[in-house]
Amino acid sequence: MNSKLLLLADEAVAQAALDAGISGVYAYPGTPSTEITEYIQSSDKAQRENIHRNWSANEKTAMEAAMGMAFAGKRALVCMKHVGVNVAADPLMNSSISGVVGGLVFVAADDPSMHSSQNEQDSRFYGRFAMIPVLEPSSQQEAYDMTYYGFELSEKLGFPVMLRITTRLAHSRSGVVRREERAQNKLRFSDDPRQFVLLPVNARQRYKKLLAAQQDMQALSEASSFNAFFPGKDLSKGVVACGIAYNYLMENFPEGCPFPVLKVGQYPLPKTAIAQLLENCGEVVVLEEGYPLAEEMIGGLLNRGNKVTGRLSGLLPRDGELNPDIVAAAFGLKTTQLFEKPEVVMPRPPALCQGCGHRDMYDALNAAIAEYGERVKVFGDIGCYTLGYLPPFKALHACLDMGASITMAKGAADAGLEYAVAVIGDSTFTHSGMTSLLDAVYENSPITVIISDNEVAAMTGGQDSPGTGRLEAICAGLGVEPEHIRSLVPLKKNHDEMVRVIKEEMNYRGVSVIIPRRACIHTLNRKKNSKQ
Amino acid sequence: MKIDIILAGVGGQGILSIAAVIGEAALSQGLFMKQSEVHGMSQRGGDVQSNLRISDRAIYSDLIPAGKADLVLALEPMEALRYLPYLSAEGWLVSNSVPYVNIPNYPEEDKLKESIARFQRKVILDVDSIAREAGSVRAANMVLLGAACPFLRLDYSGLQQAVRRIFERKGEAVVELNLKALSMGKALAEQEFKP
Ligand SMILES: Cc1ncc(C[n+]2csc(CCOP(=O)(O)OP(=O)(O)O)c2C)c(N)n1
Repeated sequence: MNSKLLLLADEAVAQAALDAGISGVYAYPGTPSTEITEYIQSSDKAQRENIHRNWSANEKTAMEAAMGMAFAGKRALVCMKHVGVNVAADPLMNSSISGVVGGLVFVAADDPSMHSSQNEQDSRFYGRFAMIPVLEPSSQQEAYDMTYYGFELSEKLGFPVMLRITTRLAHSRSGVVRREERAQNKLRFSDDPRQFVLLPVNARQRYKKLLAAQQDMQALSEASSFNAFFPGKDLSKGVVACGIAYNYLMENFPEGCPFPVLKVGQYPLPKTAIAQLLENCGEVVVLEEGYPLAEEMIGGLLNRGNKVTGRLSGLLPRDGELNPDIVAAAFGLKTTQLFEKPEVVMPRPPALCQGCGHRDMYDALNAAIAEYGERVKVFGDIGCYTLGYLPPFKALHACLDMGASITMAKGAADAGLEYAVAVIGDSTFTHSGMTSLLDAVYENSPITVIISDNEVAAMTGGQDSPGTGRLEAICAGLGVEPEHIRSLVPLKKNHDEMVRVIKEEMNYRGVSVIIPRRACIHTLNRKKNSKQ
Repeated sequence: MKIDIILAGVGGQGILSIAAVIGEAALSQGLFMKQSEVHGMSQRGGDVQSNLRISDRAIYSDLIPAGKADLVLALEPMEALRYLPYLSAEGWLVSNSVPYVNIPNYPEEDKLKESIARFQRKVILDVDSIAREAGSVRAANMVLLGAACPFLRLDYSGLQQAVRRIFERKGEAVVELNLKALSMGKALAEQEFKP
């Protein structure tokens, strides 16, 4: 037992990738995926062997760099949160056309219940869309084993492999046993000079290869030990339990489930075992975290034959993450809750830290816009400063996706909004705000962009921000007039100056950028503490 | 043998160090454990909890079912009450008595006290003051852990060793401070409650 490492599933993925001989990890931070890359960044081995581990500017650049590594025959790990997959979708979809030489494992970390996200999209759909195998662990040990196996699988098939985890597992710790360490690959290129040049003439050929490989992927799923069938005596029901949903099932049947159970950990879905359940059981209950992907596939569009139940049928809630109690209810089992939550208990939403520079920025912004009433709208973005929506600031009217503050402000200005203000963080700006700003510069849109710069990606724990020290230069390079790039220090004593500058720039009928800059106090404190 | 613990507090209070010490001690006793944590948005001053499960058999769910927890261990009194629905009939509530007020609608002191008073099986201590007495308010989480000792069914020396291992890299003074805080919490809880 002591030889076990106590790891978060995220850390287990990282350790497995190190043991499987990766030459690099490429990622942009995002809950619940961040700890994978951070683990590799703090690993001695990564340092010793010079394994690539710096953050990328966004998920698309991460995936593309990883594809470069896989092109060169080496193994690469790519990690991101679920909405990051949207950003990386272009290279992801094309990576299954080109395929890979070195193994590539693409980790998509989903966030059902939206603990720290703006939606709860299910990345398994992306895996299916890209027509690549998807692995979905139910435990920290499986997170390790599947990542390790994922690299073998990817190299064997010549295609990327997706590993899908969810928040609950990603941020839960348990004992993990390691396997033997593999050496990194040597530099090696494809024998086929057409493979990575996706001109239509080549891509058509490659697509046929991907289609032909579907059979192999199916066969591997059928035989995979990650898809396990457990017979049961009671055939009134059969259960398909995907990923961690299996744990919630077994928590309710500690002495063994009376119904036959198919535990799914590898996709495409194993057809043989599912057919067996459909044939022998009165009802097939599908337990899955996320969208009803398996339920819909097993039931079929109209679901006229077998009784297939789950999130879609209404047996389980359609949204939010599962837990042991929800699964108990689906099987008609009683839960034993004795005490109610007392009425005095109030929600405690997250808030900006005391002393945070974003606070001073919002105080100034609110003072500056007060007189304009409905003639001004503030477009927010993704980061700590999104908390400016909440009291006491109540400063934001929109927040869609990373980078959208600037482009939505532009679109609203196009539509006739008089004062369109964007509030964006430094890391988000370099993630995907720069191209938005270029659009605005191109048309000289009358928008005011506030880049609230705390010199890190604070919301996700204080990772380096690639734009640190370069924001003014980037804005000037994109064509913002130098006299309309205004840097400030967000402190109480500068309040009046900030209000004045924001008003001045709002009344300039072109693109202006205001950069309040003060280091994140949370990150500063943490650095101080770790030095002590 | 099985212990299901819900650790509760406000982002930044340090519930994860408590989880780390218990986890380390459990693992060194050859037990299975799963511990889910909250990372991300809530850590910015929101309510945070950790589900810590220890057993001599393999554990399935990372989450504790409602009505099954043996212990709610909280660094903040309102946060303690939030997780009452998880406590079992034999379960205990061990909590700090000092409110952490960072929301405008935080309940009035009397009402909060009344709600806590209604619950029977509890140990409520001003862990902040005790930690100050031990040397620093930063050891409040170890006072609380000490107060939970009578309910933990883990070897006390194992916990001491775990404290040592977890705080080792911060130097001997920090180790001693945390060990002292742990033993003060334990002594006070044993006065209030004799198993
Ligand atoms: C596409 C996408 N990738 C990653 C994230 C995760 N994420 C949320 S906030 C954030 C950091 C934002 O940093 P910054 O803009 O500098 O603001 P700060 O939190 O520092 O105030 C990240 C990486 C996300 N929500 N969406």
